[in-house]
Amino acid sequence: MAARALGALAAVALLAAPPLLPKYPLEILISILFFAYLGLAWNILGGYAGQFSFGHAAFFGIGAYTSTLLFLRAGVSPWLGMLAGGALAAAFGLFAGYLSFRYGLRGPYFSLVTLAFAEMLRVVAVNAKVVGASLGLVIPSGTPAPSLFVFAGKLPYYYVILAMTGLALLITRGVARGRLGYALIAVRENEDAAEAAGVNALGGKLAAMALSSFLTALGGTFYAQYFAYIDPTITFGPAISIQGLLPAIVGGAGTVLGPLLGSFVLTPISELTRALLRGRAGADIMLYGLVLMLVISFLPQGLMGWRRVVRRPGR
Amino acid sequence: MSGLLLQAVVSGLLLGGVYGVVASGLTLIFGVLRIINFAHGAVMMLGMYASYWLWVWLGVDPYLSVLLTAPAFFVLGMGIQRVVIEPNRAAAEHNQLLLTLGLALFLENLALVLWQGDFRTLRVPYANASFVIGDALVEVSRLVAAGGAVLIALALFVFLRRTDVGKAIRALSEEREGAMLVGIDVARIRAVAFGIGSACVAVAGALITPFFYIAPDVGESFNIMAFVVVVLGGMGNFIGALVGGLIVGLAESLGAALLPGSLKQLVVFVIFVLVLLFRPEGLFGGARGR
Repeated sequence: MAARALGALAAVALLAAPPLLPKYPLEILISILFFAYLGLAWNILGGYAGQFSFGHAAFFGIGAYTSTLLFLRAGVSPWLGMLAGGALAAAFGLFAGYLSFRYGLRGPYFSLVTLAFAEMLRVVAVNAKVVGASLGLVIPSGTPAPSLFVFAGKLPYYYVILAMTGLALLITRGVARGRLGYALIAVRENEDAAEAAGVNALGGKLAAMALSSFLTALGGTFYAQYFAYIDPTITFGPAISIQGLLPAIVGGAGTVLGPLLGSFVLTPISELTRALLRGRAGADIMLYGLVLMLVISFLPQGLMGWRRVVRRPGR
Repeated sequence: MSGLLLQAVVSGLLLGGVYGVVASGLTLIFGVLRIINFAHGAVMMLGMYASYWLWVWLGVDPYLSVLLTAPAFFVLGMGIQRVVIEPNRAAAEHNQLLLTLGLALFLENLALVLWQGDFRTLRVPYANASFVIGDALVEVSRLVAAGGAVLIALALFVFLRRTDVGKAIRALSEEREGAMLVGIDVARIRAVAFGIGSACVAVAGALITPFFYIAPDVGESFNIMAFVVVVLGGMGNFIGALVGGLIVGLAESLGAALLPGSLKQLVVFVIFVLVLLFRPEGLFGGARGR
C-alpha cells in the first residue's frame, strides 16, 4: 500500500514539477529518464530472458540513423521514422538473435557476438559516405516543428521521454506478469529444464529480442532529435551499450522498476561529478565503474535486491 | 600490387604476434577463472603508461622497462584478483563479467583523469630504424615487438608444462574440483594466473610503445582484438592464441591493403562472428583439446 502511494506520488511529481524547474535540473531529469528508458528496453532481454547483450548500440544506432536519414533524404517525419527504425532494429535483432540462439550461443559467447554485431555496424557507418561517415549527421533544429519532432526548449522533450519511459514500464509489467515473462524467467534460470517442461525457449528469447531492440531503437531516435547530432561512435559505439545496461544492472535486472531506480541513482552521480569536476574529463565514468563494482560486490541483485536482504525472500 | 601485399603480410604477421601475446594473457585468465576479462585492455594501457613514464622520468628504455613493469603488474594482477574478483567467485557468471567491465571503466577513466586524453608517443632514438626484405619495409621496433611476443608465448608455454605452478594452473583450467581434491590452493593459483596474464599484457604494451601511441583508451581496440583471437584460438588454448593472433593480424592488414578506409576492422569482426557461430570452441578446440 505504502509502495503504491509512493509510486503515485512520484508519478505526479514527474508530471507536474518539471515546468517549474530551471534548465539544468530539467536536463538532468531528461538524462535520467533517457537512461532509465534504455535500461528498461535492455532489461527485457538482459534481465528477464537473461541474455546479456553487450551490443544494444546496434539497435540504438539503427533507430537514430533510420529516422534521421528518412527525414534528411526523404522528408519523412521522425515520428514515423522512429517506428520505421524500431521495425528495422527488431528485424535486425531477430536476425542476430536467430543466428546466435540457433547456434546455441549462451552466456559470455552471446555477449561477445552482440558486441561484434554492433561493432560491425559501427565500422560500416564510419566508412559509408551515404550516412555521413565519421562526420555524422546534423539534424536541423532551428525552427520548432512539433510534427517533425523538433521543439522549442527542453520541456517538450522531457514529456516525450517521460511518456516513452512510462510506456516501457507498462510493457515491462505486461511482460513480467504475462506468459512470456514466466517463460523468459524459466529460460534464464535453466534453459534445458524449461525446454523439457515445454517452454519454447527459442521463441521466447526471440520475442524478448524483438521487443527489446524495437524499444532501444526508439531511444535512438529520441537521442537524435534531442541532441540534433549523431555519429557512428556515439550511436553504435560500446559506450552506449554499456550506459544502457548499467541502470538495469545497478537497479536490479529482471525487475520492473529496477532500471528506473538504477538510473535515478547512477545518472545524477555521473552528471554531478561531471559538473563539479569540470576539466577533469573521465571522473564521472570512473565513478560509474566504481559504483558498478561496488553494487555487484555488495548488492549482486541490484538496488531492488536490498529488500530481499532486509525483508522476506522472494517477490 | 604484389609489393603492397607482401608489405601487408609482413606488417600483419608482426602486429599479429603482439595480438597473440595479449590474447595469451587473456586466454590464461579465462582458462583458470572462466570469465572473460574486460579489463585486460585497460591493464595493457596502464602497462604502456608505466613504460612511458619510466622513459620520461628516468630515461629507462621501454624494452628494459619490462624488467620493472612485469613484476609490478604481476603483483597488480594478483591484487585485482584477490580484492575485486575472488570475493565474488560465487556470483553469477555475468556479474563477474560486469565486474571486470566496471574495473575497465574505472582504470581507463582514472588514466584519463590523471594524464588527460592526449595521444602521447615515446620517442626512442631507434624509432625509425628499418630494413628492406624484397619489396617490404620492416621496422626494427615492430620486429622486436613480434619477436618478444613469440618469446613470451614460448616462455609461458614452457612454464605451464614444466613448473609445479604451471601444472597447477593447467590442472585448474581442466578440472576445478579435481584440482582442489589433489590439494591445489585454487585461490592462490587463480591469483597467480591473473598476475601472469596481467604481466603478459603489460609486457606486450611496453613492446609496442616505440611505435604505437599511448592514450587512456588505447587498450580498448586491443581488448576487442584479443577477444577475437581468444575465441579463434579456442578459449584457454595458448598455442591457439598465438596462431589466432597471427591470423587476426594478417586478416586486418590484408583488409587494410585491399579495402578502403577502416573497413579492415570489418574483416576481423566477420571472422569473429563466423567463428562464434560455427566453431565457438575455436579453430583448434578449447582448453580441453589443448
